[in-house]
Amino acid sequence: MPHITNVMICTCTNCISNGALDIRDTLEAEIKQQGLEEDVLVVPTGASGLCVNGPILMVQPEGIFYQKLTGGDIPNLVEEHFLKGRPVKSLMYVPPGEESPIPELRSIPFFKDQRLIALRNRGLIDPDKIEEYIARDGYKALAKAVTSMSQEDVIKEMSDSGLRGRGGAGFPTGRKWDSRRKDPRTPKFVVCNADEGDPGAFMDRSIVEADPHSVIEGMAIGAYAVGASSGYVYLRMEYPLAVKRIQLAIEQAREFGLLGKDIFGSGFDFDLQVFKGAGAFVCGETTALVASIEGKIPEPRQRPPRTTLWNKPVVINNVETWANVPVIINWGAKWFSEIGTEKSKGTKVFSLAGNINNAGLVEVPMGITLREIVYNIGGGIPKGKKFKAVQTGGPSGGFLPAKLLDLSVDYEQLDQAGSMMGSGGMVVMDENVCMVEMAKYFIEFTNDESCGKCTSCREGSLALLEILGRMCKGEGKEGDIELLEELGEAIRDASQCGLGQSLPNPVLSSLEHFREEYQAHIDDKKCPAGSCKALIDFSIDKEKCIGCLLCAKNCPQGAISGKAKEVHTIDQDKCIKCGVCLDACKVDAVLVA
Amino acid sequence: MSKIKPEDLDKIGEKIKKTMLLREGSCRVKIIVHMGTCGIAAGARNVMKALMDEMEMADSKDILLTISSCAGLCSSEPMITIEEKDKPAVKYVELNAGKAKKIFIEHVLGGKIVNEYALAAGSERTL
Repeated sequence: MPHITNVMICTCTNCISNGALDIRDTLEAEIKQQGLEEDVLVVPTGASGLCVNGPILMVQPEGIFYQKLTGGDIPNLVEEHFLKGRPVKSLMYVPPGEESPIPELRSIPFFKDQRLIALRNRGLIDPDKIEEYIARDGYKALAKAVTSMSQEDVIKEMSDSGLRGRGGAGFPTGRKWDSRRKDPRTPKFVVCNADEGDPGAFMDRSIVEADPHSVIEGMAIGAYAVGASSGYVYLRMEYPLAVKRIQLAIEQAREFGLLGKDIFGSGFDFDLQVFKGAGAFVCGETTALVASIEGKIPEPRQRPPRTTLWNKPVVINNVETWANVPVIINWGAKWFSEIGTEKSKGTKVFSLAGNINNAGLVEVPMGITLREIVYNIGGGIPKGKKFKAVQTGGPSGGFLPAKLLDLSVDYEQLDQAGSMMGSGGMVVMDENVCMVEMAKYFIEFTNDESCGKCTSCREGSLALLEILGRMCKGEGKEGDIELLEELGEAIRDASQCGLGQSLPNPVLSSLEHFREEYQAHIDDKKCPAGSCKALIDFSIDKEKCIGCLLCAKNCPQGAISGKAKEVHTIDQDKCIKCGVCLDACKVDAVLVA
Repeated sequence: MSKIKPEDLDKIGEKIKKTMLLREGSCRVKIIVHMGTCGIAAGARNVMKALMDEMEMADSKDILLTISSCAGLCSSEPMITIEEKDKPAVKYVELNAGKAKKIFIEHVLGGKIVNEYALAAGSERTL
């Protein structure tokens, strides 16, 4: 196994005269003393250009420079940096003319807790150049699998790694592959499900855009393991850049002989093509996805024990699952299974969106808490507002309130809390988000995306929407909450596919955690979050208003009147409740009630 | 191209490392523009264009301008990463054409990090 850390010690004449060789010996002895010789490698290098400050050490991959070292510094340095992972600031090199050195990337909360496995090449390689992927150990796992491992070996490695489907359901990947391998029918297929459609989710797109070859290599290994000779990447047309990049990547892989006949001279044949979906949400559902590839109307079918494509065996895995495969083959099941929790191994990629300071794509070890993701990595809620809920798993998932922030992220824990891992969308909501309105938004989405086959889903979602719409307008009535619950359970029981069965989740989970908010919409005709336009009025606090005219200048309706240095007033007939005045006011004089 | 063999991967890797990795190659500085959908939507093409113009004017053989995809912090795009030989890579955030130009002149040509636009130096934890 390669060393995790490389310590480059400059051994130029200048540094040697400053004692670099003694430093090197002390360093090696100390590393051995701490039992770190397998992790840390000392590499003598040439002139670093900073040798006037020598002896110099550069620690890779962090890229930290230490300068003017003495033998006495070494024990502390080794213990702090290499054992505890805390770089020693007092010994670091500060470029001249800089008052404060720019922070080290891994000391920044956004990057600190991340560990990149599926995203191992993000931001590092040019996705349009296969050579750059190869230079970072690309296609070595495929070579290893087809030339030195049997199909059973590959599947055993996958099973032992504990990898579970990253599309959301979490089915053990090794077990899925094994059942397809044992199926006697041929030909067999592998499919990459990249039909990402959850609002706020962009994991699959980012992986395909950043590192398309990791998906291709994973699929080729899967194809070898089950005996498939062709495959499809099911990608939506709404992701034009991802489509372009993976198509180019497939062409390059063919050119290099990494796809096609007799790969690595092993006799294994495999080729791949992109199938562009038209962007229907339901196509991410397995049976609808295969129907779409078969050229049929993409409606879910009664789920057979094993999904087939043209009545032949098919392995369908999510983008992130495929991207993990080469790493597991290269580094071994044992290495992978040591990351994560007992039942959820490895890392998970999340797209962090909504009311959060650092929106972006994060990859974290399973078992990390939601609080760590929202507050450490995400940097908390903008404008110092309070956290209200985080929505995981997209329209099929649920809302998790503040009291569940210490929940650890794994398949079982999220399920038990009434949400789900899902493919990894994570939408954060602050105190001004109305949960009734949010539930309505998600039901609007699923109502729109319902394929219409099952009455429960097609009409049920419409009925839910009608009730939620009334509530938001202040026309909710006694018994509505109970009706939502009854209807939700009926939709769940009577719908055929995952989309229909999970459709009521946003309503049911928000009712579970925010029932009083629904009640306030019905009983008091109020929206506690101050968001439902029909239930709120804007007014100006006479005590606080300083008469600065800012709100009046910004109001798009000209609804605010008043002279400079006099208290302003809002004309309720003209006001459209857009909230512009609220954002414009510097002294918090705009009231929402 | 003749049939690829497992050992060929290392040869291809070694060859490309000469340009990709500065430690082994002839380039002094590598500029990576992060061009995922998030970066492009935030204006990465303008940043790219500005850097290409600067490259042309500088007419320097030891600077490599290349692309990569999303660097993770989508809300701070457009981003670029500057790698200099034997120094930790520096990530710059929330850029536009003007800022990119300044970074090119001061950091790429002048070797001095532009602190006001820099996020951090170093690399992420992989594997």
